[in-house]
Amino acid sequence: MIAAASAPLGAVPAVRMRGISKSFGGVRALDGVDFDVLPGEVHALLGGNGAGKSTILKVLNGVHIPDTGTVEVAGQRLDALTPDAARRAGVAMNFQEMSLIPTLTVAQNVFLTREARDGRGMIDDEDSIRRAEAIFQMLQVEVNPRALVGDLGAGQKQLTEIAKAISQDARVLILDEPSTALAVSDVERLFVFLRKLAAKGVAIIYVSHRMDEIARIADRATILRDGRHVITAPTADLPIDTMIEHIVGKKSKGLADVARGAARRGVALLEVKDLCGSHKPDHVSFTLHQGEVLGLAGLLGSGRSALARVIAGIEPAVAGEIWIKGKLVHISQPSDAIAQGIALVPEARATQGIITAHSVAENMVMAVLGRITKGGLLDRARAAAITDDMIARLSVKTASRDHAVSTLSGGNQQKVVIGKWLATDPDILILDEPTAGIDIGSKSEIIRLVRDLAAAGKAVLVISSELSELLTACDRILVIADGRAHQMLQRAELDDASETDPDHALQAAERRLQIEIQKALTAKEAIHG
Amino acid sequence: MAKPLTAPKGALLANWRQNIIYIGFVAIFVVFAITLNDKGFLNPNNLLNIVRQTAMIAVMAIAITFVLAAGEIDLSVGAVAGLATVTVAMAIEAAGPFAGVCAGLATGLAVGIFNGWLTTRIGIPSFLTTLAMMGIAKGLAMWISDTAAVPILSPGYSWLFGGGSVGPIPVLLFWVAALGGVGHIVLRRTGFGRRVLATGGGETAARYSGIDTANIKMKVLVLSSCAAALAGMLYAGRLQSGRFQLGEGDELSVIAAAVLGGTSLFGGKGTVIGTIVGAMMIGLINNGLILFGLEFSQQLIARGGIIILAVALSQKR
Repeated sequence: MIAAASAPLGAVPAVRMRGISKSFGGVRALDGVDFDVLPGEVHALLGGNGAGKSTILKVLNGVHIPDTGTVEVAGQRLDALTPDAARRAGVAMNFQEMSLIPTLTVAQNVFLTREARDGRGMIDDEDSIRRAEAIFQMLQVEVNPRALVGDLGAGQKQLTEIAKAISQDARVLILDEPSTALAVSDVERLFVFLRKLAAKGVAIIYVSHRMDEIARIADRATILRDGRHVITAPTADLPIDTMIEHIVGKKSKGLADVARGAARRGVALLEVKDLCGSHKPDHVSFTLHQGEVLGLAGLLGSGRSALARVIAGIEPAVAGEIWIKGKLVHISQPSDAIAQGIALVPEARATQGIITAHSVAENMVMAVLGRITKGGLLDRARAAAITDDMIARLSVKTASRDHAVSTLSGGNQQKVVIGKWLATDPDILILDEPTAGIDIGSKSEIIRLVRDLAAAGKAVLVISSELSELLTACDRILVIADGRAHQMLQRAELDDASETDPDHALQAAERRLQIEIQKALTAKEAIHG
Repeated sequence: MAKPLTAPKGALLANWRQNIIYIGFVAIFVVFAITLNDKGFLNPNNLLNIVRQTAMIAVMAIAITFVLAAGEIDLSVGAVAGLATVTVAMAIEAAGPFAGVCAGLATGLAVGIFNGWLTTRIGIPSFLTTLAMMGIAKGLAMWISDTAAVPILSPGYSWLFGGGSVGPIPVLLFWVAALGGVGHIVLRRTGFGRRVLATGGGETAARYSGIDTANIKMKVLVLSSCAAALAGMLYAGRLQSGRFQLGEGDELSVIAAAVLGGTSLFGGKGTVIGTIVGAMMIGLINNGLILFGLEFSQQLIARGGIIILAVALSQKR
């Protein structure tokens, strides 16, 4: 089954990476990885979160300089590994909406720094518009090249990013999760176009978490896990469950030992009925009980976070009902949700969760300032008491309550955000990617904390891209794809009674959950097509 | 979007919020023409006076359009103009008109490089860099001139830099037209202009696209100081002397002119033509309010009100 990473004899690989290693602050992101891509093939790059996919792409693209290893493009070794050198060698990559300027038009963005010039050397926007139109016509998608990017929806922005990468006439085209915001029909057209491009000899590296897509578009796939090369093989030889097995691996990474206290499910605290947002969620219903942890599983762009934002009043609900403790409530802004006892710990910790330059104490009481003022003055004794209580309860490691949050580790910063919302004494806690960017030790601590909160009678909703975390933390898991709820899984259903080793059992459950998520995607396609 | 002047007919009114400056300019002009007709508003001499009084603001505003579009700000322009009047006058006194022109441009270049260096290399926000420079430039001008006016006794210099006219047309109008034309083309049609707009529109995205944003910021700040020095040279030529008070407080009119013209204080958006019309509109309002016989105190209040109204109307809903 395991094929060598080398290319067939005779063909000069479009990309040839050898022995690439890269560490970030002592953490090994890549460990001696070999990676070959042939001209004219669509090559899928697969792996879980932290497997090293984006690191190796950034090495190829010149953004990261590897500690060791060599990069060859079309047989030419790149001596200077800079973005400019990579571009000149013919490598183009889409950045997930990172390289678009909202105040410029679509055409101006597509050709930024490579604008068409007229006879006098002046920028010719009309020509850029014509060329952008030609690209969108080739892709057979509708994007107005004259529209301001800031006025576009997520799908149109993604198409603009793709057009920007395509317009460079590259020898190697890297598409990093290009389909997360695209409609099914646009993905189909993108695939047709990529086939044509590959037929012309362009090497295409395609990153996606959607294995149905990989199976259809890619000729070969390379799977990375924990910064190491696992396998490179034709996709025809990789059924979806085999791919998942390689991605997940056999042994867990230290989450299996988190004790899962028995759930003492109480009354229904939150009932969501046919809830719709402006785009996502799409008629989602579920019930969350006291003392229960419910997980939301789905890929990026599936509408997990949108669902959380609608419940928390950050995005408007277009239709549907939210019931809290048996009463129908109307939530139109975040303060309504807070008043109903809902707290959302957002995904982007540094920008939405905490003010890192402020002290632990200042952050902890930020959401309850109204409650701890006396005669217009802040009751500092109470603020200190609340902070000390939270530091003890969540075992936050900080030199003192007056130290700036920026001096804390990622895991402890996350605890401060959680503590800030616990101070509001919510009944329902929503955690969006609570362990993103946190080391493995702190991860299991956060998971343990989530279990403890449920044991203390809170209802917790957890969103995570790391399935092993969801499996460790949750009592039930709701699978979401394209904004719709597909299946409510009992955690126990995913266990295999025959598996006795806890590490293996967790990975077996992860593979099952992964298969359910992928099934939901194809089920969606069946509905659409 | 890219060519507001060649937009199809009707688009001017359809996008009225975007074009409020042009509509407002015409509206105010018509109102003044009707109500102030008996006070000589439409007299060619009065209209040319408006041009003379706003030319320096317009010159500085053309450059600050680039600074604002790149997401930065320059508060030092008024003080730098004042400093340039003094260095020009002193250099002419010592070594003649050519040395004067060189001294003026050198003043702008030196201040601009210093502002840009502090902002892009040391990382002090341009708001603070140029706020400090405002005081430093004014202090320098007072110090080297001993707070006294320095006379300029070169008729040639005075004619070319602001005092002269070709037939009835003041030389100042040529300066504004030439700089405005060049500025418009540079911002709209060159790679540099596009990089300026990209830097202010989204700095991270611009860097991902291979734009050296620090370099762009450096260049716009140098451009702005050089334009301020040129405005100072025009002040000096028109008034045949260098004094530290010239240009004092101009930074607010300059920024107001650009914002009135549709340039965003948050970067990414700017038009040079709009800026020039914005500057002319401020001059128009000043002139009209004086002809109405308003006292200075009342002029200040009325001017502030009109600017707030225009900017509020141009906000996207």
